[in-house]
Amino acid sequence: MEKAIRRYWPVFVLPTLAAFIIGFLWPFLWGIYLSFCQFQTVNKVKPVGFSNYMKVFADPTFVHAFWFTALFTVASTLIINLAAFGVALLLTRKIKGTNLFRTVFFMPNLIGGIVLGYIWQSLLNGLLSKWGWPLLALSEKEGFWGLIILMAWQQIGYMMIIYIAGLQNVSPELIEAAQIDGATAAQTLVRIKVPMVMPSITICSFLTLTNSFKLFDQNLSLTNGEPAKNTQMLAMNIYDTFYSRSGPQWKGIGQAKAVIFFLVVVVISLIQLRFTKSREVQA
Amino acid sequence: MNRKLVSAVLGAAMASTVLAGCGSTASAPAAQTEETAAEEETAAGEETADTAEAGAESAAGKVYYLNFKPEADEHWQSLAAAYTEETGVPVTVVTAASGEYETTLQSEIAKSDAPTLFQVNGPVGLANWKDYCYDLTGSDIVGNLTSDAYALKNDEGAIAGVAYVIESYGIITNKALLEKAGYSVDDIQSFDDLKKVADDIQARADELGVKGAFASTGMDASSDWRFKTHLANLPIYYEYQEDGIDRADAIKGSYLDNYKNVFDLYITDSTCDPAELSAKTADDARNEFLNGEAVFYQNGSWEYGSLSDKYSDDELAMIPIYFGVNDAKEGLCTGTENYWCVNAEAAPEDIQATLDFMNWCVSSETGTKVMAEDMGFTIPFTTAQESPNVFVKQDAEMTAAGKTPVSWNFTTMPSENWKNGVGSALTAYAAGTGDWEAVKAAFVDGWASEYAMMQ
Repeated sequence: MEKAIRRYWPVFVLPTLAAFIIGFLWPFLWGIYLSFCQFQTVNKVKPVGFSNYMKVFADPTFVHAFWFTALFTVASTLIINLAAFGVALLLTRKIKGTNLFRTVFFMPNLIGGIVLGYIWQSLLNGLLSKWGWPLLALSEKEGFWGLIILMAWQQIGYMMIIYIAGLQNVSPELIEAAQIDGATAAQTLVRIKVPMVMPSITICSFLTLTNSFKLFDQNLSLTNGEPAKNTQMLAMNIYDTFYSRSGPQWKGIGQAKAVIFFLVVVVISLIQLRFTKSREVQA
Repeated sequence: MNRKLVSAVLGAAMASTVLAGCGSTASAPAAQTEETAAEEETAAGEETADTAEAGAESAAGKVYYLNFKPEADEHWQSLAAAYTEETGVPVTVVTAASGEYETTLQSEIAKSDAPTLFQVNGPVGLANWKDYCYDLTGSDIVGNLTSDAYALKNDEGAIAGVAYVIESYGIITNKALLEKAGYSVDDIQSFDDLKKVADDIQARADELGVKGAFASTGMDASSDWRFKTHLANLPIYYEYQEDGIDRADAIKGSYLDNYKNVFDLYITDSTCDPAELSAKTADDARNEFLNGEAVFYQNGSWEYGSLSDKYSDDELAMIPIYFGVNDAKEGLCTGTENYWCVNAEAAPEDIQATLDFMNWCVSSETGTKVMAEDMGFTIPFTTAQESPNVFVKQDAEMTAAGKTPVSWNFTTMPSENWKNGVGSALTAYAAGTGDWEAVKAAFVDGWASEYAMMQ
């Protein structure tokens, strides 16, 4: 068997490698090159050096979108993970109908972001107009919390499944031993369960962090950046730069924004991974 | 044994996908070069023949039209099929989703099989695509235009696009309801008349069985073009008129107070609370009008198709958006933001085929009939047939009666970004979370800064 793998490795590696190069690596490198160019379509490009990058930081909407996204990411990562962990704890307690609850909580994940955005837009607007508050498209604060509610609703179920898997792997012996030693429920949770599910926490926080940072569909359908681009997140700001501006110079600026965006996402996720990984324990 | 079999099958499956992938990419260009070689031969053979007939006689070249108007997609498809049947030239029509035209064009034109025929919305749109526009000067279709004004020229004076449809917009009126309220269309001859009638209808809304005088001024991002673009054309038009120009890098906003008056009228005498407008769409407004809940509805001649299902021609009228400047002379807003451009990067025989196709659409019996009757277009060509669209007829009547159509100057608006800025400010103003100063700032300062950034 091993000999066969050694002989036929190209059959296994090359298709994926080819797909990776065609579908990811090549467009990625080309994209970086384009960020130094002025262009209307990718066939006709004119290199312009670093000027696109200079213009990115002169654009107040990009800076605003950056901070809005950062704030959103912090809030949604905390809320989603805390809630998902809480629900997971509840649903590993052998309550009647656990499986039904798990299914129901997981379901929102199966609906696409655009559809969800429009559904929640009507729901939230209905509520807001009943209370006589300004509608979603008119207030940055409401747009922000609307996005948080939407993301929490969508993502909690998914993260919950990962936490449930983690919690089920905590060996009953450890918990029993803790109980015999007289640990309270809170102590068991903090000292045994949380350290033991640290790998799940790593995965979930990574997923929520990057998902929130790269959010686009929900942003587009729920608020569309209104009012006046105040609820625009980074991905949407890039899209907006690319498509709603006239003149070829904007394409390069949009591309430069995208490269900066990529770097930020990489740096943040690496820091987060290192941080949570360092807390994982071996049982 | 079993495991070996599974891995062999998996390996084969993976290999076949990648091979298939390579195969199709490798074979497509090959087939294409063969095709083009053959086409070049035929094209060379025919160079002596009349070029106008080249397209009609053989299948040299092909046409790929990226259509802008989703509502006309079906008719374009049938027109394309009819042309292929008549001449043998293959015509592909692809329609971009509403609001996605620039995005679609962007990606399509970078492909090897790029659209040969696409459209831009005017001078500002042309700025993006000027490198791709074939010079139409001297082509048959330009010769058929009824007026030089419908040819879109680039900075060097070459004809980059031709308008293929002329449309009008104004305030669509339900005549039956208006009469029920005790007025006729003739009673409305100025902004003051309009305001008086609308205020009266609004006050007696319950008695008349309507929800409001005007259908909701939907400011949802999908629909606010009716106000941030179409209504915003009027202050620009009057300012350009006053200054005797047709484009400006900076705008003064001299007529913004009139803009405010009309917008205030729309949102006050309305079917719904202004605070709800940010979530309303143009579809909502159309439905209100169709259900007889509103008497007035600002939109254009393209709405005729959906309104004529419910209302007869006698029940519909379109009145000018009286602006309180020169109401006695003001006609409907008539113009175009649809200019056909031929892709200059396409193969020469495809360009020729495309030129022939365009000309056929606007000059042949079949083509003009489909454009006039099925699509409901008024086309600015000498060979055009009369459109049954009642709004189009009214526009002609008003012009004949000495009114001046308001031209479409929103094609000179600096960018989509500018429109969005005005739209956001209007929405906030309507809901009371913003003030009119913000609209002015978005209009005047936004215009200058957007143009500055284009340099």
